[in-house]
Amino acid sequence: MLEIRNLHARIAEDGTEIIRGLNLTVRAGEVAAIMGPNGSGKSTLSYILSGRDDYEVTEGEILLNGESILELNPAERASKGIFLAFQYPVEIPGVATMQFLKVAMNEQRKARGEEELTTPDFIRRVKEAAAKLQIDQAMLRRPLNVGFSGGEKKRAEILQMALLEPSLCVLDETDSGLDIDALKIVADGVNALKSPDRATIVITHYQRLLDYIIPDTVHVLYKGQIIRSGDKALAHELEANGYADIIGQAA
Amino acid sequence: MNMLTTNPPAARLTAAETALVEAFSAQIGELPGNGAVIGTRDRLLDDLKKSGLPTRRIEAWHYTDLKNLLRAIPEAQATAATEAVAPLVDGATVLSVLQGVADSRAAVDGVDIASLKDRLVDGTAAAGLTALDKDDAIGRINGSFVRDGYVLNFPAQAEIAAPIELQARHAGGQIHTRFPVSFGEGSKATVIERHQAVTEDAALVSSISDIVLEEGAEITWIILQQQGLADTHLGQIRVKLGKDAKLRLFVINAGGKLVRQELRIEVVGEGAELTLRGVNLLGGESHTDVTLVLGHNVPHTNSTETFRNVVFDRASGVFQGMIRVAPDAQKTDAKMACNTLLLSDEADFAAKPELEIFADDVICGHGATVTDISKTHLFYLMARGVPENKARAMLVNAFVAEIVEELEEEKLVEALEDIVSAWLEKHA
Repeated sequence: MLEIRNLHARIAEDGTEIIRGLNLTVRAGEVAAIMGPNGSGKSTLSYILSGRDDYEVTEGEILLNGESILELNPAERASKGIFLAFQYPVEIPGVATMQFLKVAMNEQRKARGEEELTTPDFIRRVKEAAAKLQIDQAMLRRPLNVGFSGGEKKRAEILQMALLEPSLCVLDETDSGLDIDALKIVADGVNALKSPDRATIVITHYQRLLDYIIPDTVHVLYKGQIIRSGDKALAHELEANGYADIIGQAA
Repeated sequence: MNMLTTNPPAARLTAAETALVEAFSAQIGELPGNGAVIGTRDRLLDDLKKSGLPTRRIEAWHYTDLKNLLRAIPEAQATAATEAVAPLVDGATVLSVLQGVADSRAAVDGVDIASLKDRLVDGTAAAGLTALDKDDAIGRINGSFVRDGYVLNFPAQAEIAAPIELQARHAGGQIHTRFPVSFGEGSKATVIERHQAVTEDAALVSSISDIVLEEGAEITWIILQQQGLADTHLGQIRVKLGKDAKLRLFVINAGGKLVRQELRIEVVGEGAELTLRGVNLLGGESHTDVTLVLGHNVPHTNSTETFRNVVFDRASGVFQGMIRVAPDAQKTDAKMACNTLLLSDEADFAAKPELEIFADDVICGHGATVTDISKTHLFYLMARGVPENKARAMLVNAFVAEIVEELEEEKLVEALEDIVSAWLEKHA
């Protein structure tokens, strides 16, 4: 599904190198967790995958289903199936949530040469997906993310993910700011989307989220490189011993 | 020497000024009005001739040098054909002013409606034909040339559910209209003042609305300016807000080549509340100036003013917002904001908020921002698959929609949002 080879990337504005030779393979159907201390480049990696132009790739390759995505803009990447659930979803006053959802779904369909959704079909899909995530109609009537609590924003991200049916889901610190009930709702939403032809990357600082979204593989990111990979036992090891041991071994 | 004093150099007029003077001479005996009206017209034109059109040296016109910008006056087109169109909002009563002539016989239950022409002929409109001050070029031009419009009187406690649309349409030429309107105690109504060009033929339009809200009146007044690419629009609204009166005033500029919209508002009754919102959609080579002079003259009054400007191409925009708080107008609460999206390197916008506060126990604030579309917002929309041009259009629309949605009446909001989207589709 996703193959990252020897990726080097820096902040466009000041040239600071953040990703320094990163290699990662995620197979279809796999849930891969990326863990690491603050400043290791976790969020940067998610932005680079989705094409944010604040970062420049200077070396290496990112292949999605064997095709390079480096030349694609964020909208093109989205219609190829990449979805980033933001750590901090932005509030956009004046853009109605329903209008946004409809435009996003239909633009992706258009880009893939599919029929646009009819309004009744669209509304039915939103209602079904929203009910599963306990998102009420009042929330959907508000402008995009405006006045949503932290938990509501995260649920709204998962709602978008469910509606857009991406092939690669990237969850950036989706657990941050969530209480345990909200965390369960979000995790259920993510788990419901698991399928053999969809891969998920879970970026997280803590092991807690991984009790609810069980990873197949766990990768430790430090100073812009994957320094260790393993299965879910690695997450528990990190939780017990902190990052210092592993960083020490890698150094 | 004598020759020089009788023909002072100040009498040198520009082509446009000469054309105005000649147009006035050509219409002597034709402009409606009794002796008092004719006397007032003569005096206003004489003042205009003496001072000339205002230049940038006049502070109120500093960013809109009318003498320099108004190069020519289009020929009068008395016979150009226009007709009324459906109202902006379903169910509204249309009072049309076609080619400057108030031709509508529509009646509204509970509202006195007269044509301004009749009031000029019988002289009752004479006292209203004033210039507000020595720099009031619009007052002078309109007072000299005004031919028609509607005089509306809403009796006390009148509640008029359906909006009234003053629909001024023209096909070029010289159009001068006026709408004196009084809202009696406790009356409630929505009035839409809509200015529209039917053709691309150039027009000089002046229009003054002179409105008074008596105690407790609750009024929504919308000015929608959709003039043509070659038109000059000189608009003015004069407002007196009485005790506990509430006015929601929305001004939308979505057309014209040279536009000046003056909002001259005096809050004269305690407990009065003004909600002023403006949207300026500027494109092409146009120049649009919105100038607000707002006086809080008595204690315990509130006002909020928010303007959203979207500037494309080589357009230039101006917002001057002056709030004066009189010495005994304690507990005034006034907040003014002017936010601009500059969407082209060649576009410009000048914002000049001013506060003159002579009372000590007041809350007054103002802010002005000029920005481009937020990169964070753009990235978020694109990351969901919305292509860049569409995402930009959504964000520009959103910037304006936030203000329009404050109107709350669904039909009105929808109609105005359609106008905004249509304009943006043409210009973005």
